[in-house]
Amino acid sequence: MSNQTVLESEEKYSTARAYIKTFVEFSRLYRRNRMGVIGLCMLIFFVAVAILTPYLAPYDPTTTFSSAFLQPPSWTHLFGTNEAGQDLFSQVVYGTGPSLIIGFAAALIATTIGTLIGLTAGYFGQLIRDLLMRLTDFFLVIPALVLMIVLASIMSSGLTSIILAIGLVGWTGTARVVMSQTLSLREQTFVEASKASGAGDFYILRSHILPNVMPVAFAQTVLVVANSILYEATLTFLGLGNPAQITWGQILQFAFVSGAITTSWWYVLPPGISIMLVVLAFSLTGYSLDSIFNPRVRKI
Amino acid sequence: MVNVTYVAKKILGLLVTIFLVLSFNFYLFRILPGNPFTLLYRGASLPPEAKRDLNAQFGLDQPLWVQYLIYMRNTASGNFGISYQTHASVLGLVVPSLINTVVLLSVASAISIGGGILIGMIAAWRRGSRIDVTFSAATLVMYSMPTFWLGLVLLFVGVIYLGLPVGEMWTISFGTVDMLTQFADLMRHMILPLLTLVLGLVGQYVLVMKGALLDVFTEDYMITARAKGISNRKLLWDHGFRNAILPMMTLVALNLGLSIGGAIQTETVFSWPGMGLLIYRSILARDYPVLQGAFLMVTIAVIFANFIADMLYPFLDPRVASK
Repeated sequence: MSNQTVLESEEKYSTARAYIKTFVEFSRLYRRNRMGVIGLCMLIFFVAVAILTPYLAPYDPTTTFSSAFLQPPSWTHLFGTNEAGQDLFSQVVYGTGPSLIIGFAAALIATTIGTLIGLTAGYFGQLIRDLLMRLTDFFLVIPALVLMIVLASIMSSGLTSIILAIGLVGWTGTARVVMSQTLSLREQTFVEASKASGAGDFYILRSHILPNVMPVAFAQTVLVVANSILYEATLTFLGLGNPAQITWGQILQFAFVSGAITTSWWYVLPPGISIMLVVLAFSLTGYSLDSIFNPRVRKI
Repeated sequence: MVNVTYVAKKILGLLVTIFLVLSFNFYLFRILPGNPFTLLYRGASLPPEAKRDLNAQFGLDQPLWVQYLIYMRNTASGNFGISYQTHASVLGLVVPSLINTVVLLSVASAISIGGGILIGMIAAWRRGSRIDVTFSAATLVMYSMPTFWLGLVLLFVGVIYLGLPVGEMWTISFGTVDMLTQFADLMRHMILPLLTLVLGLVGQYVLVMKGALLDVFTEDYMITARAKGISNRKLLWDHGFRNAILPMMTLVALNLGLSIGGAIQTETVFSWPGMGLLIYRSILARDYPVLQGAFLMVTIAVIFANFIADMLYPFLDPRVASK
């Protein structure tokens, strides 16, 4: 009894050690990728801003300063004020968290759908693969933004419908990548061995294929987050967001609708540059992860 | 030369996809709470006979599959319903908008593809050089910006510093001036939307052209050609360019959906009277029939464009049809 416990804990210890070793190896590879490191640093910066929002923002983003409508940047208002006399620096800081969370949530939905469809299409026979690839092609042909607009407007405006609209449309890329990975994994000897010793399809998918597909799917998720953040800003800008929820896209929508864009550059530049930097950060990180996990792809 | 089975297969694929899109469009808008009819006359009190007439016309008193057949028949005969907002026919709103979008998007695409090929060739030929690195960095940055934001920035600069019009397609109404002035007026309105779209689209064409050329450079026939002492210029144009252009053509068709996304944003910012502006206004008014018609029209246009690309492909690459 005690002997077994010792064995078990030893096994756990060596697994933990293996994980640490893998992690050290991984971070050594990652650090060599300069773009990836820059992207990750930018990412950490924005996550920190999101977490520390209440401490960083000098004012409540909804407080109106009645004597300061559309003021250019000054020491009291770093990014100036909007047409309602609200502090734009505080708004941009407060917009960070929601923008990130919406991007993450949508990407999570998209990669979950994409991974499930990719696994099914890659593992089970030709017929299912053809059917699912047809479905993927169908979604690839329909202009993504238009479909998202239609979905989001049907589901009544708000954050949830935007997240769902992006997630339900943005899974095609992941499905393709996961499918091609699954196809090649299926032919590997360890899968055949598992099948020969009587393992069921679900078991093989869960314990052999999925763990090996995970890294690639993870890299994909990071890239999909970048896209989702862009789509969130776009959909919100087009009037599908919740006006009470401050996101970068929402600030830009207010700037556009109020007509302030032709007079107040400070209203337009900070939220847009924030979107650009966050998307850049996710893209750089995602491409670096992808080049480590999936070295054959994207040699260009 | 063009294989009959290839064409037949593509036509079948086209019909199936269009059928799927039509059905998808039908069910998508039936998920709506309430029926289209109650939405159509929100609050307005109608005589019962009028209600009955409308119900019969849209078949809303019928079971869902009958509604589906009625919808199919209506759509096939060009009856896309009427706008909630203006009560005008949806088809009459959608078609002129589609034409304006095609005008903007085709010019922007032509410039982007041409520019993408040229820049991609330079970047591939001098890969690793300062020019290549600059282009790559610029591409990544452009990709990270939302197109509508780029439009907003250009709008600000164009209106304040260059004195360009704020938006729309014309200032001078038709027939009041000669053609040349009219054309100049159109150009003044078009330059900012064009610039926005081109900057948003050109990056991916650069990347693909560069990637395709780099692939071609490693082919055996390129090494042979080089060994034969063919000049660099001939090597790049006659051997490299002609083989690298094929993946580009595939991308052009595939990218159409993405380009339309860019066009919608650009049109919204610059009030260009195309599909984008129509969609934007229907979102704000929650005008579902117009949204539905616009979605259908855009999707079918993209499917047809893909079909045409499929038909052209065998002429560019004879290997495709013989497969």
